[in-house]
Amino acid sequence: MLTRNHLFTGAAALVALSLGGPAGAQEPIKIGELNSYKVFSAFLEPYKKGWEMAVEEINASGGVLGRKIEIVSRDDNGNPGDAVRAAEELLSSQKVAFLIGTFPSNVGLAVADFAKQRKTLFIAAEPLTDKIVWEAGNAYTFRLRTSTYMQTAMLIADAVKLNKKRWAIVYPNYEYGQSATAAFKKLLSAKQPGVEFVTEQAPPLGKIDAGAVAQALADAKPEAIFSSLFGADLAKFVREGQQRGVFKGVEVFNLLAGEPEYLDPLKEEAPEGWYVTGYPWSEIKTPEHAKFLAAYQAKYKDYPRLGSVVGYSTVMSAVAAIKKTGSLDQYKLITAMSGLQHMTPFGNVTYRALDHQSTMGAYVGRIAVKDGKGYMKDWRFVDGKDALPSDEEVRKMRPAN
Amino acid sequence: MSLPSILIQLLNGLASASSLFLVSAGLSLIFGVTRIVNFAHGSLYMLGLYGAYSLIEALGRTPLGFWSAVILAALVVGLVGVAIEVLVLRRIYRAPELFQLLATFAVVLVIKDVALFAWGPEDLVGPRAPGFGSVEILGKRIPAYDLLLIAIGPVVLGVMRLLLKRTRWGALVRAATQDREMVGALGVDQARLFTSVFFVGAVLAGLGGALQIPREPANLDLDLAVIADAFVVTVVGGLGSLGGAFLAAILIALAKAFCIGIGTVHLFGTEIVFSKLTLVVEFVIMGVVLVLRPYGLRGKKPATPRTSGEIAPALTSPRWQVAACWMVLFLVVPLLGDRYVVVLLTDIACFALFAASLHFIMGPAGMVSFGHAAYFGLGAYAAALLFKRAGLPMEAALLLAPFCAGLFAVVYGWFCVRLSGVYLAMLTLAFAQISWSIVFQWDSFTDGSNGIVGIWPSAWLSDKSVYYYMTLALCGIGIVFLWRVLFSPFGYVLRAGRDSPLRAEALGIDVRSFQWAAFVLAGMLAGLAGAAFAFSKGSISPSSVSIGQSTDGLVMVLLGGVETLTGPVVGAALFTWLRDELARDTQSWRAVLGLVILLIVLLFPQGLVGGLKALIGRWREARA
Amino acid sequence: MSAVLQVEGLHKDFGGVRAVVDVSFAVDAGELLALIGPNGAGKSTCFNMLNGQLAPDSGIARLGGRDILGMSPRAIWKLGVGRTFQITATFASLSVRENVQMALYSHAGKLGSLLQRFGAAFTVEADALLDQVGMLEQATRLCGVLAYGDLKRVELAMALANQPRLLLMDEPTAGMAPRERVALMELVARLARARQIAVLFTEHDMDVVFSQADRIVVLDRGRLIAGGKPDEVKANVNVRDVYLGGMA
Repeated sequence: MLTRNHLFTGAAALVALSLGGPAGAQEPIKIGELNSYKVFSAFLEPYKKGWEMAVEEINASGGVLGRKIEIVSRDDNGNPGDAVRAAEELLSSQKVAFLIGTFPSNVGLAVADFAKQRKTLFIAAEPLTDKIVWEAGNAYTFRLRTSTYMQTAMLIADAVKLNKKRWAIVYPNYEYGQSATAAFKKLLSAKQPGVEFVTEQAPPLGKIDAGAVAQALADAKPEAIFSSLFGADLAKFVREGQQRGVFKGVEVFNLLAGEPEYLDPLKEEAPEGWYVTGYPWSEIKTPEHAKFLAAYQAKYKDYPRLGSVVGYSTVMSAVAAIKKTGSLDQYKLITAMSGLQHMTPFGNVTYRALDHQSTMGAYVGRIAVKDGKGYMKDWRFVDGKDALPSDEEVRKMRPAN
Repeated sequence: MSLPSILIQLLNGLASASSLFLVSAGLSLIFGVTRIVNFAHGSLYMLGLYGAYSLIEALGRTPLGFWSAVILAALVVGLVGVAIEVLVLRRIYRAPELFQLLATFAVVLVIKDVALFAWGPEDLVGPRAPGFGSVEILGKRIPAYDLLLIAIGPVVLGVMRLLLKRTRWGALVRAATQDREMVGALGVDQARLFTSVFFVGAVLAGLGGALQIPREPANLDLDLAVIADAFVVTVVGGLGSLGGAFLAAILIALAKAFCIGIGTVHLFGTEIVFSKLTLVVEFVIMGVVLVLRPYGLRGKKPATPRTSGEIAPALTSPRWQVAACWMVLFLVVPLLGDRYVVVLLTDIACFALFAASLHFIMGPAGMVSFGHAAYFGLGAYAAALLFKRAGLPMEAALLLAPFCAGLFAVVYGWFCVRLSGVYLAMLTLAFAQISWSIVFQWDSFTDGSNGIVGIWPSAWLSDKSVYYYMTLALCGIGIVFLWRVLFSPFGYVLRAGRDSPLRAEALGIDVRSFQWAAFVLAGMLAGLAGAAFAFSKGSISPSSVSIGQSTDGLVMVLLGGVETLTGPVVGAALFTWLRDELARDTQSWRAVLGLVILLIVLLFPQGLVGGLKALIGRWREARA
Repeated sequence: MSAVLQVEGLHKDFGGVRAVVDVSFAVDAGELLALIGPNGAGKSTCFNMLNGQLAPDSGIARLGGRDILGMSPRAIWKLGVGRTFQITATFASLSVRENVQMALYSHAGKLGSLLQRFGAAFTVEADALLDQVGMLEQATRLCGVLAYGDLKRVELAMALANQPRLLLMDEPTAGMAPRERVALMELVARLARARQIAVLFTEHDMDVVFSQADRIVVLDRGRLIAGGKPDEVKANVNVRDVYLGGMA
């Protein structure tokens, strides 16, 4: 009795499905981008502005290989399953040349494996996990951003200099926090034998019970704290810790806390004296950054966040690869990516042939407060290539392919 | 832990319990009177924080400004609650049970994007409460504001109790909580009562949020973070019991504080990291409480076990001509469409079986599961682990995975079928969350939060179309099998057990055993769907076991219509396709998806397929 | 005639309130025994102990040599007991025929099948039972839409599907029109006699009780105060005082 209606709706849906991707003109070079825009919007909105600006610049200067570029962007919902489907859609329906993007580790790893399966270049913009270039590395995946290991290694020099014996650790309970903690313990123990890790707290991401955690850390009487918290967890931890006097006489190291995404919301409560990695955007005077900053502020009437730099640089990497290759052949693209050098707002970066990690560096410094706002003082730029383990160690971790 | 540390962690726990109690009290109140599981309650809490932040900025960081902002924010959130009730829920009170859940789910999506649009993506850290510094207790400093929060919980509990005991409104609320039909019989304006209850419930959620502004930044993840906790507290306390909610909030907050306080302990040579338990401790508590006390700590057995006044319509099997047409379409499309259509259809096939298996226990058997992702995800993980760790061929892993998922269903189901209604649903959620946290944290075995990558199908299946046909065949057989079972004596027993457990028992039918078997069957087929899904993606991560996945399943079933057979399948297809289509506009897809669902909810209160059937029925009558 | 159900010394307290005190009676095959008494006399408590809903404090209820007290409703059904409820309990989303089929399937122990079609078996038997209770014309209607009196008939058919030795009927005619009541109980009486079924029922309608019951036992405040043939009970002074007098 429902035959006709069923058929009709079904047919309509299926037609709509097959028309989903217009097999349009091949004029611009399409690059597929996917990210968890709704799940990690604090970082990814500036990121999106970054890549949009890059696309505009490239196209204004005539594009690449005489063609304009176009980014086809998808939201992966922070979910590897959705991400792989979106990636498939980008490749099959949108006919993009290759893939860029992703934020959380699990999505990055899933898409990296998908890229390997589809023999397609994938430039992982954001995911910090070390595995994406090491244990789970593959021929088709390259990663731009300074990884967990690198950022941790950048802070080690300062940590060793302080020569504190008793360390407490707090990290969000998932890949990034776990690997940051593991890297920190390994690196510090190697440089400073006899160091003691007195307590470890692993609150669930986004759901820290900050008062209890701060108290538990204080109870262990540490001389220093290593934290990889960020976002709302960081803000809660800072406030509770300060109100409870947890940070008095204790040195604190915190990955990422100097990034404007996470530092600026703290405003006047930004914890002074903390050792952090971050992005002191207003004080970087290199010509490449000055140019980027001016363009960004002119376009958006807002200052860039670290995400903006990452988004901008990812597209620049993609374009540099196409330029070097002179075609869109996957094999040639990944060959070009190995050892590819190009300019970013953070200076020259190289995608190492060894493990496909870029040498993008990061800024290390200490948090200070001025005019009711946190900023990074005494900062220095650490080149990524100086924060990586020896080639031999990397070879041991990375499967041959 | 030293004595002072214990005391301080006690205070920490009590302070955290306060807001949790306020939110849960509102949720409990709303559920008690309207029987609506208000999924948007966490969103109201989130709005409370955002509202308080903005109002404090506007009114100034003075004590007066702060407290007026907190109160105003709570009241404004109360009005949002009223708006939700009047604009959306009032229109669908007569819909089948739980359908309102779908509406509130859509509201969550909309509010989230509205908040993103209004307040931006960055976390907003509110000011400290003016006039509240730190106090020193036994040589340790804690925020004075925490002590105030500790006091607010019991005060609100007292005020609510007075309201319920001493006012006519309170008497009506209590009467409605005990017996919803009675209120209608008393000649009370039900619409006004419901609206007022929504207002009070939302004010409590808003107040709970606003009071948190000195303790946590307003951010976009709060809604879902809080709603799960609030559900747990409400159920552990016993639905409709404010005192129970208070007790449960304290129990759970203290458990968390002490897990953190105890930290890492070495017991018999093994290291136990208690602080990692905070991920799951509330669900463990809920599981234990529900197993020991099926109606929560302070809840009472509902007076009438009847679920709703409306009877479920009879199931009709799809006509074979219709089914054949669909089958041909599904077979032909890959030949016409591009590779991506095939990929999307593969997803749809997996989710259709997932939704059909959920519908199997939820519709005909009357056992709503909030944790069906457990079997989908565990099936996926079983497939991945059998393939990667045990080194089985992909085909064997795929076919064995459902049995692994089924094993879990055997254990979980045994406990779950001993409960009914929302309690049953929440116990399924508890098991799902416990499974999730094990998968999420057992790095050496499941690769933890990263998930397992590199699980691709065998060479002969590596072509997407071939894999699609295989998935279509497996899932199709699964769905047809479930449908077939529903028309067998076994399936009739499930419906009989749902309609009248009393009568079924009096006919010598062991309803529980049948329900248990149904649970296992549904778990196995969900596991099959998960395994097929895993190999189609090449990777699997803990999100496949998460609350989000369970919610997706519920949304699919409700969207299509819980009282029809084809509903869940259509719902799965529609939801998957909609999300895929809408997510291409990365800017506002969530709100649009929410609005589309709301539209469907309001136009088709029996779900899409149910609604279409009714429409066609009416059209035929008009013609005849 | 030997008693099908023999109840001795049935006793139940509810937190100090003595709901049923030392009640004994017997029902013979083919006999209709009415259990009557004013509200709160303990009829329902008695019934619920006999049908397995409630555990007694003490007492014995022998059915075919086995004590059924404390058994689950399921086990009691398997011993050949059919029940109708005070507030009807049927499967609302199933048709009348399917309700009866369900009882037949259960009686035959064939509910476990996963692939057989439910409608493929016991239709003839179900229709025969429905014919007996006068519900055959409505066989395809859903129980959820039936009138109350019709539901009572369906319940009776379901109870008969068990080929019961004993029928427990709690207020079988409540909610029916007076003429329907007598008709239904006449039907029960006819069937009981034809099939030698023992029937124990409670009833408010005294016309029904005195016209249809073979014997009557009267409860008051948990105690058995009288018993015997309708005429004897009618003549009993005690009964008049506590019960009939109040109603007259």
